[in-house]
Amino acid sequence: MAYRWTNNLTRADATPRGLFLNRRQIMAGAGALGLGGLARPVGAQEALEPNSFEEITTYNNYYEFGTGKADPAKNAEALDTTDWQVTVDGLVDNPGTYPLAELIGGLAVEDRIYRLRCVEAWSMVVPWQGIELKDILDRAGVQSNARYVAFETAVQPENMPGVRRGVLDFPYVEGLRLDEAMHPLTIMATGLYDEPMPKQNGAPIRLVVPWKYGFKSIKSIVRISLVEEEPVTTWNSLAPSEYGFYANVNPTVDHPRWSQATERRIGGGLFSSRQDTLMYNGYDEVASLYEGMDLKAQF
Amino acid sequence: MARPLTTAQRINGMLRRVPAWSLYVLGAIWAGFLFWQALTGRLGVEPINALEREYGDTALKLLVAGLAVTPLMKYTRVSLLKFRRAIGLLCFFFVLAHFSVWALLDVQSFGRVWADILKRPYVTVGMIAFLGLIPLALTSNNWSVRRLGRNWRRLHQLVYGIAILGAVHYIWLAKGFQIEPLVYLGLILGLLATRIRWKSLLQQRRAAA
Repeated sequence: MAYRWTNNLTRADATPRGLFLNRRQIMAGAGALGLGGLARPVGAQEALEPNSFEEITTYNNYYEFGTGKADPAKNAEALDTTDWQVTVDGLVDNPGTYPLAELIGGLAVEDRIYRLRCVEAWSMVVPWQGIELKDILDRAGVQSNARYVAFETAVQPENMPGVRRGVLDFPYVEGLRLDEAMHPLTIMATGLYDEPMPKQNGAPIRLVVPWKYGFKSIKSIVRISLVEEEPVTTWNSLAPSEYGFYANVNPTVDHPRWSQATERRIGGGLFSSRQDTLMYNGYDEVASLYEGMDLKAQF
Repeated sequence: MARPLTTAQRINGMLRRVPAWSLYVLGAIWAGFLFWQALTGRLGVEPINALEREYGDTALKLLVAGLAVTPLMKYTRVSLLKFRRAIGLLCFFFVLAHFSVWALLDVQSFGRVWADILKRPYVTVGMIAFLGLIPLALTSNNWSVRRLGRNWRRLHQLVYGIAILGAVHYIWLAKGFQIEPLVYLGLILGLLATRIRWKSLLQQRRAAA
């Protein structure tokens, strides 16, 4: 990864539409004055209006707290995040179990306004705060034979009704190829809307990989392992024909039970219309990671 | 001297005073209430899917209720027979509402609706169940009962298969291991099992052996 992804969106982009448009007019004016470089929108980030805090925190998939979309908001309060520790192990120079502050202390926290596309064909825009995963991995010291990163969610049966009911084979596990993990778009988010990460959204620290379906962006992480082989991932092992390891957003590869060609943006109400789903969820800058791969077979 | 009334007789006496049409009124109020909730954000921030599910869920509950009428009579002597037509027709209307929300508000295009029916097995199953309910709804009137005679009964036994398809439709769309869809299938299979004449089946077995 030769470049560092430059983020030109801040919390200010989550302001009401009127202000937002006004600012864009100012930018357009700057462009007319010959400051074109300033005004040029950066690819996928153009004109993203975040969903409201309420929408982002009341419509969640977090099966540890129930399978209904409103269940996590109802039940996740029980998640115990005190003295959170993350174990970093596998092929790293500095393995260990770190308190959260030690894992990410001193690393740059950035604002990232990302689209989130769920495999269930709905989407949102979320103003995250987080740290590039690369920074955390660099601190851990990735060894040269590591090729994948595996992640694991906390399991607290006494606090998680979905775990007690055995909805899935917990702990929830996910994984990325190392180059995906090191991509500057990939972040470990610790907050949204400048609030500490709400529990239903994966407090205190979660992965966000904006060009992949939401289930890849694993929540409430307690373990990060650098490994040589492609790690087992929860949904992929449950239904390999429905959920691939890569799970890149791809409108041309349908889920067996529904089409992925379009999506519905949350927040449009009862009569909201569908919009076309974009390849890589609009993050074309990741296309080079998959050059030469058959995306229909490795979906 | 008259014997004291049994509990079942007392319940039946009370039910006699409730007109069957009151169920249609309740059904319409419930359907309207759900729509109003969806419209005003009371079903959450994604009301289309929520409304679709609420209507489908109500239809399944009515299916179970309709199938429960006969066993209830058999085992408790409580008779809901006069409500059964209303239960069945309401079930059809809720499936129609469920289908309409899916097609018009969710999928939003005829081409995609058709593609989903052909390509997605759980939609195919749901669609077959819906189509199967249409002749039943159309013949849910006194004229058809008289006209069809014994065939009316045979035709309306289609509901046994439809109910199973409805439960399978629900199980198929669930992600992960979820209890609720399985409970519906269990209830439906259980209610169907009460209709099998186990004794005569056993006797036939013995006679054959």
